[in-house]
Amino acid sequence: MQESMPRISRRSFVKTTGALGALAAAGGAATATGSLFGVGAAHADADAPDEVVWGHCAINCPSRCPLKFHVKDDEIVWVEADTSSDAAFEDRQARACLRGRSYRRWMNSPDRLSYPLKRVGARGEGKFERISWEEAIDTIAGELTRVIESYGNDAVYIDYATGVEGVTTGQPFQRLLNLCGGYLDYYGSYSAAQLAYMQATVFGASGGGSALKTAEDAELVLVFGSSPIETRQGGLHTHYDYVALREKTKGKIIVIDPRFNDSLSGHSDQWLPINPGTDAALVAAIAYELIAADRIDVDFLHTYCSGFDEESMPEAARGKHLSYKDYVLGEGYDKVEKSPEWAAPITGIDADAIRALAAEIAEASPLFVTQGWGPQRRSNGEWNFWSICLLPLLVGQAGKPGTNNGNRESRFIIPLTDFPSGENPVEASISCFLFTDAIDHGTEMTKTKDGVRGADRLSNNIKFLINYAGNCLTNQHSDINKAHDILADESKCEFILAVDTVMCDSAKYADILLPDLFRSEQVSLASTGSNTAYIVTAQPCTSPKFERKTAYEMCEMLAEKLGVRDEFTEGKTQAEWIEELYEADREEDPELPSYAELVEMGVYKRERPGNIALDKFVADPVENALATPSGKIEIFSQKIAKAMEEWEFAEDETVYPVPAYVPEWHGVETTTDEFPLALSGFHYRGRVHSSWGSIELLKEANPQELWINPVDAESRGIKQGDRVSVKNEFGETQLLAKVTPRIVPGTVAMAQGAWHDADMQGDRIDRGGCINTLTTQRPSPLAKGNPQHSNICNVSKA
Amino acid sequence: MSQYAFHFDGTRCTGCKTCEFACKDFRDLQVGFAYRKVYEVTYGETTKDSNGCFATSCTSYPLSLACNHCDDPACTHVCPTGAMHKDAETGLVSVDAEKCVGCGYCHMACPYNAPKVDREKGHSVKCDGCAERVAAGRKPVCVEACPARALDFGIAEDMAAKGERAAIAPLPEPSYTNPNLYVKPSVDALPAGSADGKVVNPLEVM
Repeated sequence: MQESMPRISRRSFVKTTGALGALAAAGGAATATGSLFGVGAAHADADAPDEVVWGHCAINCPSRCPLKFHVKDDEIVWVEADTSSDAAFEDRQARACLRGRSYRRWMNSPDRLSYPLKRVGARGEGKFERISWEEAIDTIAGELTRVIESYGNDAVYIDYATGVEGVTTGQPFQRLLNLCGGYLDYYGSYSAAQLAYMQATVFGASGGGSALKTAEDAELVLVFGSSPIETRQGGLHTHYDYVALREKTKGKIIVIDPRFNDSLSGHSDQWLPINPGTDAALVAAIAYELIAADRIDVDFLHTYCSGFDEESMPEAARGKHLSYKDYVLGEGYDKVEKSPEWAAPITGIDADAIRALAAEIAEASPLFVTQGWGPQRRSNGEWNFWSICLLPLLVGQAGKPGTNNGNRESRFIIPLTDFPSGENPVEASISCFLFTDAIDHGTEMTKTKDGVRGADRLSNNIKFLINYAGNCLTNQHSDINKAHDILADESKCEFILAVDTVMCDSAKYADILLPDLFRSEQVSLASTGSNTAYIVTAQPCTSPKFERKTAYEMCEMLAEKLGVRDEFTEGKTQAEWIEELYEADREEDPELPSYAELVEMGVYKRERPGNIALDKFVADPVENALATPSGKIEIFSQKIAKAMEEWEFAEDETVYPVPAYVPEWHGVETTTDEFPLALSGFHYRGRVHSSWGSIELLKEANPQELWINPVDAESRGIKQGDRVSVKNEFGETQLLAKVTPRIVPGTVAMAQGAWHDADMQGDRIDRGGCINTLTTQRPSPLAKGNPQHSNICNVSKA
Repeated sequence: MSQYAFHFDGTRCTGCKTCEFACKDFRDLQVGFAYRKVYEVTYGETTKDSNGCFATSCTSYPLSLACNHCDDPACTHVCPTGAMHKDAETGLVSVDAEKCVGCGYCHMACPYNAPKVDREKGHSVKCDGCAERVAAGRKPVCVEACPARALDFGIAEDMAAKGERAAIAPLPEPSYTNPNLYVKPSVDALPAGSADGKVVNPLEVM
């Protein structure tokens, strides 16, 4: 065999072996040094068999994959997944992603919190000292009692947090506070606030999308702003489902996105680039074309929808040119015809390409339209979501096999009962995105100006805040510099409790910081799924190390101090609650394995029966009328029309009662000479939001980069790998440049979730590439949601 | 002898790097070391015309690559001590840490960027095809980890039945070392040696 090796010099290898060979050679020539007596590489499987303990991921990625912890001497040796050597493509295995395979690096991180800590520096400075559990519990209980007595229960708040997500015992702090008179609650999420508001508005409660596998029967699959490969990784979740869809469908897939995202890799013919935030303009132009070509399914719209044309408008709104058709044809509203020529410079999609797409949509049957959560996480996100949902309705492609309602694909989940959080006596709630407003000036916040629910206005500012497993105080909130100023002022929020595993940026703002155990270090249970549902279980993979405790134990200790321990535990441990609630669920669903069997299995799977959005409604729209004012899908929203009369909006706020294109503030059409580029965020394979954001191994292979088109890079003298500075009115962040044709000109993008790294007492320049240095705290008009993808900026070499 | 080989399905791979990290966890690799790496090849352009409309010829695809346990390994031929060797039974190429002097010739010679010298350990390190797992009837940890089922491993003839011998960019022509990597290319994949087929994520794979 040796003889057959071509005799070539290293030089000729470099010259002839292609790009990769040159790269290897550029890796640096080694010199002939080093030990003559090196030891063998340590292999995880070199010694005696490990103990294998089932655990699961419990972060805010819906995949929540099962994990097999290989343990030796009470230490994790390596992390395996639900996998086998003989699995065929069709075999359902919930294979964990790169993050799941890196759990050990986080759990054993030298930065792991191990003891209760008390702040000793300024808020946010990150200076703490170790205290006893007794002192920590005394301080927290004392401050809680003081704030409730001085201000009231509505001055107490639990911030939006998703570092622990999807488990059946994820809300012990809510239960504790409810036993103490309640707290100011929030509604919405940072994930899909605009979507949640509009889904309820347009479809009523039953607005979920079809299963992704429904798309396997479609002739045309239109994907707006979605990348399941990046947002829902893993071997039994949407990542796998999407790979399977690509492989199984005979239909065509088109992905409409400003970014050639990872779900397009290897399938470039599927990319239709668009300007961010302009999806509604594209839909309006397609509608214009469909009307012109007489390809609208008018019967469908009249039967199932309200407000497409004058004939289907609600009685009170007739005769005013308020229908969607009047908007599109320029008969109402802005009196502009929404022709492809109108949409082309807005969307960046050529008029002929829009016409061709409209023709494809008119012909396609079944047509499956879906969207990610990117289009809705914008300053005009309500209307982007709504418009995309409208598209299949225009051609009657909903409620039948192979179709969807335009919403994101729904997930099949076996319902399990959560550890009960109890009844909250406080009725008021705020949009989670507005918590810094509620700290700063809560008593000025009202129902019609700020979307306060359950009360006309808040009667208190937030004075006591619990941040359990979250990084939304700063890192994942917006306008970090403003958030810092609000949080650092101890006269505003008087006490902050944080519970976490590592010192994330938000944890630095704690007055008391408690060390959490991972869900795989305690007994845990979670239910999730995509095309396939699965339940995952955890037993402690190691003993609790140092003085770390479960959140349940922390709450139990606080409950004792506050005199409600018996009510909190009802005499049960967390493990007993989990088993008892599960066994009660099994009485309703006898197919489930027993709890003991489930623990042994680690993961239980169930195939999804067919799922088609709106099928029942389309089969019988009278019997299954929607919970909307019209009982139909609202293309003209009576609820929004009413809000337009009653709510207060900013002067530059445009609100339509139809799914119109609303030019964004901080969007592609409102860039300035100073900030000429649009800036969008996206989800990164190396993190879930900010979780795993401190793991060096993951950071090395998933560097924090600004995607910038060569056209925009060259004019700024920026080359691949340069360190660049991204600035706008809110701040400055620095990261590396990825100069790539995978992003449209005029827009730059960076993955959200990188760890903020700034001297907040100094220049405040973030050297971690955290996008929320540059995002605004101004909410979207109706949902009061986070418009974190709507930003303008400029970029220069750092 | 049964020569083992990897198979890579470019139509399925999403570039997620789970293979790389499953390996790093199993082998307990630290920063600076990866036995399997995911290369991104991107070419073409995305431009905006005077009307603000986009045109794109952008194409991009990932390639997951470890040691290809070549029939004619460049690394073994340049190794001065015989530490880098090809197993007679399995054809898997690995480092004998006792013999390796850490000279780095293997690192320089390999056209696949596979071996690297670990200065702390004092010897070269690389993918050994999970020889111990394979001997126990399992597949390499990277293969079993792939959520998209884009990787496979087995007897070279079986893998060859599923794809062509590695001939896509950024790989060199397979004739240099006869790698035991068989590829089902995506529609975007360029042929080996293509001038456009450059690695665009060097930071992630060095």
